[in-house]
Amino acid sequence: MTATYEKIATTTLGSSSSTVTFSSISGSYTDLIVIITAKTSAAADVYVRCNSDSGTNYSYTGLSGSGSAASSFRVSNTSNGMLLDNLGYADNNNNQVIIVQFNNYSNTTTYKTSIARSNNAATGVDALVGLWRSTSAINELTFRLNSTHTYSSGSTFTIYGIKSE
Amino acid sequence: MSPILGIWASQNYSRITSSYESIATVTVGSGGSSTINFTSISSDYTHLQLRVIARSDQSSVNQELAVTFNGVTSGYGRHYLRGNGTSASADARGYTDSAYYLPIVTGNSATSNNFGVIVLDILDYKDTNKFKTIRSLAGYDDNGSGQIYLNSTYFGSTNAISSMSITPFGGFNFVQYTHFALYGIKGA
Repeated sequence: MTATYEKIATTTLGSSSSTVTFSSISGSYTDLIVIITAKTSAAADVYVRCNSDSGTNYSYTGLSGSGSAASSFRVSNTSNGMLLDNLGYADNNNNQVIIVQFNNYSNTTTYKTSIARSNNAATGVDALVGLWRSTSAINELTFRLNSTHTYSSGSTFTIYGIKSE
Repeated sequence: MSPILGIWASQNYSRITSSYESIATVTVGSGGSSTINFTSISSDYTHLQLRVIARSDQSSVNQELAVTFNGVTSGYGRHYLRGNGTSASADARGYTDSAYYLPIVTGNSATSNNFGVIVLDILDYKDTNKFKTIRSLAGYDDNGSGQIYLNSTYFGSTNAISSMSITPFGGFNFVQYTHFALYGIKGA
């Protein structure tokens, strides 16, 4: 048996920023997990792009709970990236929490899928699955907002690698 | 590995923990496979986690999986919450199912190279005083269709789980590059 769950890097913002990028991600793991605790300048949704791809190669399907109703939604052929929240969005009141997983991120034979859970205790909870239509290994992840808003100081992004035998 | 952003206050690298270990991995080869088996699962851990990308040769966009533990083919039940892109729904099955019907990965009518994803937790898998509870987050998006599931499953046995078997429901096969990785999580 091998120890196989490793923290790769943590970024804690010292001042506001519109994006956070993990680059030169090693291909030596099987899966990646990113945990985000974010506060933003105003209500905003969080997307992730892979390898700086700004083409319309992303899509996603989501499931949300508002506290009074459940709903589902989908977006196809978008350049925004894979959505990581909806009703559990980031805002400037409650720290948002996102856990997003990228299974088999480094293979060069399959498209890449993200699967995420997000929460904002004041607004809602979400589960989302996203597709990046590329067989390239993921070596960069950029977390971005859907507006001109920014991540606030203190927001934390941690990336982990899981390695199978 | 270098985090890039406007300004950051701290970054730390490569802290290895020993409480999460790889137990076994199966990657399906070019011939496909009808069943994935994990046998003789060690009791060294407190919880198990199964991490999956999978696709079947069924001629539909999606594929349900059937999971059994310890060779037992009775006493399974589940509740789930599902989103299909237009509406949310919830459903349950009684405790009389012959397997844990685990949603849901891609079938052969999905876009080429597109595999579904599952992260499945088997909690207190070796506790002989409890029936077993399994939870999963699973889904796929196919750029115009897709489903996502939050699932909880009951396995009505107090026996420690020492083996598990996963098949595409309906007698289909997993295709090449399907990947199952089983991990053990240790307690205090």
